[in-house]
Amino acid sequence: MLRTSFHFPGGVKPDSNKEASARDPIAFAPLPERLALPLKQSAGVAPSPVVRVGERVKKGQVIAAAEQWISASLHAPTSGRIADIGNYPLAHPSGLPAPAIIIETDGLEEWQERPPPDWQRLAPQEVQQYLQQSGVVGLGGAVFPSHVKLDAEARMEELIINGAECEPYVTCDDRLMRERAAEIVSGIALLRDLTGAGQTLIAIENNKPEAIRAMRGAISEHRENFTVVTLPTRYPAGSLRQLIYALTGKRAPFNVLPTAMGVQCFNVATVYSIWRALAHGEPVARRVVTVSGNVRAPRNWDVPLGMSMEALLQLSGPLSDTNGLIVGGPMMGTFLPLTNAPITKGSNCLIARSPRLFPPRPPESPCIRCTACAQACPQGLQPFELYWWSRARDFDKAARYALSECIECGCCAYVCPASIPLVHYFRYAKGELAAAAREQKMADDAKSRFEFRQFRAEREKTEKAEKLAKAAAAQAAKRAAEESAASGEPENMASQEERH
Amino acid sequence: MMLSSPHLREANSVPRIMRLVCVALLPGIAVYTALIGPAVLTQIFLASVAALFFEAAMLKMRALPVRRFLGDHSALVTAWLIALTFPPLSPWWLTVTGVFFAIVVAKHLYGGLGQNPFNPAMVAFAVCIIAFPALMSQWPAQGLTLPFEQQLEIVFGFSPRIDALTAATPLDAIKTALKTNALRVDNIQELLRSQNLYGTFAGRGWEWVTMTYLCGGAFLLLMGVITWHAPFAFVTSMAAAAAICWLIDPSRFSDPLFHLFSGGSMLGAFFIATDPVSGCSTPRGRLIFGCGAGLLAYLIRVFGVFPDGIAFAVLIMNICAPLIDHYTQPTVFGLRARESDT
Repeated sequence: MLRTSFHFPGGVKPDSNKEASARDPIAFAPLPERLALPLKQSAGVAPSPVVRVGERVKKGQVIAAAEQWISASLHAPTSGRIADIGNYPLAHPSGLPAPAIIIETDGLEEWQERPPPDWQRLAPQEVQQYLQQSGVVGLGGAVFPSHVKLDAEARMEELIINGAECEPYVTCDDRLMRERAAEIVSGIALLRDLTGAGQTLIAIENNKPEAIRAMRGAISEHRENFTVVTLPTRYPAGSLRQLIYALTGKRAPFNVLPTAMGVQCFNVATVYSIWRALAHGEPVARRVVTVSGNVRAPRNWDVPLGMSMEALLQLSGPLSDTNGLIVGGPMMGTFLPLTNAPITKGSNCLIARSPRLFPPRPPESPCIRCTACAQACPQGLQPFELYWWSRARDFDKAARYALSECIECGCCAYVCPASIPLVHYFRYAKGELAAAAREQKMADDAKSRFEFRQFRAEREKTEKAEKLAKAAAAQAAKRAAEESAASGEPENMASQEERH
Repeated sequence: MMLSSPHLREANSVPRIMRLVCVALLPGIAVYTALIGPAVLTQIFLASVAALFFEAAMLKMRALPVRRFLGDHSALVTAWLIALTFPPLSPWWLTVTGVFFAIVVAKHLYGGLGQNPFNPAMVAFAVCIIAFPALMSQWPAQGLTLPFEQQLEIVFGFSPRIDALTAATPLDAIKTALKTNALRVDNIQELLRSQNLYGTFAGRGWEWVTMTYLCGGAFLLLMGVITWHAPFAFVTSMAAAAAICWLIDPSRFSDPLFHLFSGGSMLGAFFIATDPVSGCSTPRGRLIFGCGAGLLAYLIRVFGVFPDGIAFAVLIMNICAPLIDHYTQPTVFGLRARESDT
């Protein structure tokens, strides 16, 4: 079934650079001797460790359990021994360490017995809990715990499955759809039942014809009525709000959740892991990672979580002039030195950098208001105005030009002829606005505390005064009573005095 | 090293944009030179040298990296526009004065590239036509062909400026006819023909220069350097204003086609109204900007005292640009029109 898509504003068309890594099937990475699993692998609250140093763990065993609702459990990707629980470096430009569990693997791959649940009989809340305990989070990059999105109360009009994969270089979803389409389609059917969606749309950019064919084939085999929508290749087609608009024509503002508009959206890799969890009892302890860029053999690897990025990069043979990494795609990913920081649930792609592939940005020159950025902005913003006000430190003005609607996709900085790192300015301005809002809140809180204290002091004073007045009144009354007890006498005295 | 995403950049730069504008002017310059002679190239050379000199001096005084900023070619674009809008036989010092006002006053004193509220080339034109109205109105007479040496002598002042060298432009001729009813011509077209000023659809010869400016503008549109809004609105509003007057009294007003291909209309529509720095930045704003500039240019050139109205029209619209931008902000994606109003 053919279906046309709506045209979201702006967007850019960088070279996709996907061919090299999409050519070969997904390969299983050899098991490293050591895995480092940062506790915080999802949005929300990090789970708490439930293992002790020295303890033996089995593959799939929970090593950190979610205690809050917006959180997901963490599992051992293989069997082994807990070597340490402590602070270890993360894949973050700051290089600051964060709490992690270190596992020394034993190579036995001994599974923790975990029979799959009878999910068709489970209540929606039980399905949610099971997914949370299986550590299922959005694998597209945002790593939001998936169970939170499966609110049983809300009935969805459209279920959107995101296979757009619009970032250059990244091909892990492409390969997953080509190789594991049947399981993805089973997972989609499951999500369709859970969300009660009237219509199920699978979005894939038209530069992935094999994935489109594989998904269509699996859909007709499963006799499902899902629609594969072929999107024109234009970054950021896979961005949540752009995708929803392209498929349904619904526009979701920044502060409105898509669910409020009857739309729910899952990434294909997330759908796959939901299926593995519910149908096979398998928690999220591995993921597919694209290794590309300045390497001899770009390809996709099925990797245990916690494997060092450096070790993974070595599998694809980095060329000698490799001078660092980009984790994620080149448009929104993080720029890192060569690092042994671990692969986490959110690491979809490692790109080996070289000065040739990613030449340093030329120095920033003055903005000539050419509006290339405004024409490229998929949110219909005026980035040059935002830049102007951010630079002038007039953040309120930037906020009035709808800074909060900026999704930091990078289209503006990509097209800017003056080489201005616009997104950098916007992150800075957003940070300043958030800090100002925090300060404002603190000031407001302090003010209300002060006002309450004033009020209390005032109240105490009036209470005291009232008490005193009451006491005085009581005393006066008492005296009056005493006086009246000796009735007549004073009057007589007074009259006597008068008579003098 | 830039650590912030995105880590990719399109192969575009400010120097490339400026170079493309220069390239788009080349066909116009070629036809213009063929029509007038090498004096045109002399003026361009003179203006370029002066512009680079003033630019370098100002950058130095402002303690900015001279080589990097000089290499953005923005001064060259200003210089070329000045050379093309000033009369080709202007004395050298007039051109240099124009360039001085453009680069030093209009550009750098207002903060340099990207900061100037007024189009520098138009400031130069406005200053010079007010200060030296006679010299700025001396356009070479129709069919005048002078050898290169003689043109050089006139430009550099070794040879007396003879009135016979210059003549009224078609626009001037029409205005004179309009103002002095004494001429008592039946038809403006007749008048132009009688003075041998009229070509196929506008001023003889000059019509082809403006035609090539139009082609240059189309090239810029194709390359994505400019958007269609301002030129389209400029051309449409000027044509509409001309059409209304022409339909009311064709004996006194010439037809829209004549106006579009006379004077600086095409240069104004495609190269000046599209200036990103001093013009409007929103699509609707650009339509309003172009509309206003086209209309004002027509009114000034027909009813005003100056031979052409592009410069003043553009400068007036430059003043309005920030206000127009403020009231024409586009709707933010995901928000309704009213919510995004700031």
